[in-house]
Amino acid sequence: MTQTLDQIFVLAKHWLLGFLPAAIQPFCSALLSVVAIILVFATLFAITTWLERKGLGRMQNRLGPNRVGPCGLLQPLADGIKSLTKEDIVPAAADHAVHFMAPVLLVAASFLGYAVLPIGRNMVLTNLNAGVLYFFAVGSLMELAVFMAGWSSRSKYSLLGAMRAIAQMISYEVPLVLASIVVILHTGSLSTVAIVDRQAVYTGIWPHWFVFTPWGLAGFVLFMVAATAESNRSPFDLPEGESEIIAGYYIEYSGFKFALFFLGEYIGMFATSAMAITLFLGGWAAPFSFLTWVPSYLWFFAKLLAIISAFIWVRGTLPRLRMDQLMNLAWQFMLPMTLINLLAAGVWQFMPAGVARWPVCAAIVAVPFLLLARGLKQKRKFQLRTYRFSQ
Amino acid sequence: MLGDGILKGLAETARNFFGSYVSRDRLTTIQYPEQRDPQIEAARSFPFLVFDGADWQQGLRCVSCQICEKECPPKCIFIEKSKDKKPDAVGKPQFYPVRFDIDISVCMSCQICVEVCPFDAIKMDVDYDLSTDDRFGGLLLDRQRLAKSNEHYNKIHPTEAAAVDAALAEERAKAKAAAEAKASAAAKAATEAKAAAVANPAPAPQPAAGESQ
Repeated sequence: MTQTLDQIFVLAKHWLLGFLPAAIQPFCSALLSVVAIILVFATLFAITTWLERKGLGRMQNRLGPNRVGPCGLLQPLADGIKSLTKEDIVPAAADHAVHFMAPVLLVAASFLGYAVLPIGRNMVLTNLNAGVLYFFAVGSLMELAVFMAGWSSRSKYSLLGAMRAIAQMISYEVPLVLASIVVILHTGSLSTVAIVDRQAVYTGIWPHWFVFTPWGLAGFVLFMVAATAESNRSPFDLPEGESEIIAGYYIEYSGFKFALFFLGEYIGMFATSAMAITLFLGGWAAPFSFLTWVPSYLWFFAKLLAIISAFIWVRGTLPRLRMDQLMNLAWQFMLPMTLINLLAAGVWQFMPAGVARWPVCAAIVAVPFLLLARGLKQKRKFQLRTYRFSQ
Repeated sequence: MLGDGILKGLAETARNFFGSYVSRDRLTTIQYPEQRDPQIEAARSFPFLVFDGADWQQGLRCVSCQICEKECPPKCIFIEKSKDKKPDAVGKPQFYPVRFDIDISVCMSCQICVEVCPFDAIKMDVDYDLSTDDRFGGLLLDRQRLAKSNEHYNKIHPTEAAAVDAALAEERAKAKAAAEAKASAAAKAATEAKAAAVANPAPAPQPAAGESQ
């Protein structure tokens, strides 16, 4: 029974495909999965916008949206109708073709990553043997879309925003990939399915999630920080920077194209969160061995919602970084820490399995972290700022 | 340690998040169209015309002296004086405004019209949700829309209105006393004249002219 419930979507797909001629079955199988992924994650996007507004409101002791539907639940629908009926303005000087293509490419690129994400047991679109590599490759396609948007608008603000976005995304892509390499080092596979399978085993009641190892914990934290920056979320939302450059690279967009940018950004955020779950939090695996009867996809979405809530929580807490702080964090802190973490993972790999490698690896990560943090703090000098022209 | 400030901040927002579900007085939101904050007495938005009694056309205190029209800094008041006269709040025959328009899209709520009005005829209202879909006509208030009863004035600015009412009552009493004194003086004069006429009769009927004044 639990088996059937766990595999219900897989079985339903096979049952549906049974009605079709064998020649078009592979194509239709892919099509069905793609449609399902798009529908599910677009719905999740709608729910997340509502959750975000509610959560942020509560953190600021407000109520959040509460007018449209019960508890404001139909607010995303109202927002969608609003953005659909708004005028679609394209600046006269803009490059029309690129201006149109940028949001489309952004959404397409952000959806591409889902092809390798295992949403449940046997629920993955394609089990690529270079899945992680593929994921990061299509993830960097978003940078192209962002720059297309900024460049084609022919506006100073959007160009500035796009430049910031590119600088930030490229900088943080390095720690993002380096933080995930420790998992590949440990599993010896780039396939996301194999990575999750390695974590879906238990010792007693405890799972073998990589986040429960010293290098996995450090890797997870580093990955999440880099993922926040990668998806342009607060506190790394400099590319949007409402107070400085209004909306960054999509300032010249209105109506549904603007909504597409929003969609693309959220979908990208879900994708990187799902990747973090796949790499460190055991994918669809249950947190305890006695909870394995719960369908695997439910665990995946529970973890995803938990990470989304954490994103919202962080957004409600931290103010935006300055550009130099952003870059310093990436190159002076994140990059050394990911490299040290890589060393820790290597040591873990070559030390005999036992209790001894735990304190050793933990020390390899923790000691440089404390020293680096101390060094970075001490280097900060406060001095009177002098201006050349404005005094 | 690096990051303990972040953790402190996260704890603070979490406290706010859960606290807003536990204690109602954390939430300061007022559900506006249904719920409203009580207004303070000094609140003011746009001017209105005060009238006494039940009929706004009869009881309008404005005597169309046009001081407010001249003093208004953004020139949003337009008054047309009447040709005939009618008794004002005190009882004296006065002109009245045939037209009295205030364009509240121009009005800057400075209250100067209220300061200069010698008749306490124009006062500040407290209505603030005056949005309309007709940008020009909807915001150009005419005589009828501006006229509001003295009871309304008493309700929105009680102390101020009480002072105004007391002053007006005093003035009315004074006017009444003056009129009575005048009437009695006239009557006295009439009786004296009559007595004189009785004493030595004359052909001209003078008392009638005296009484008509």
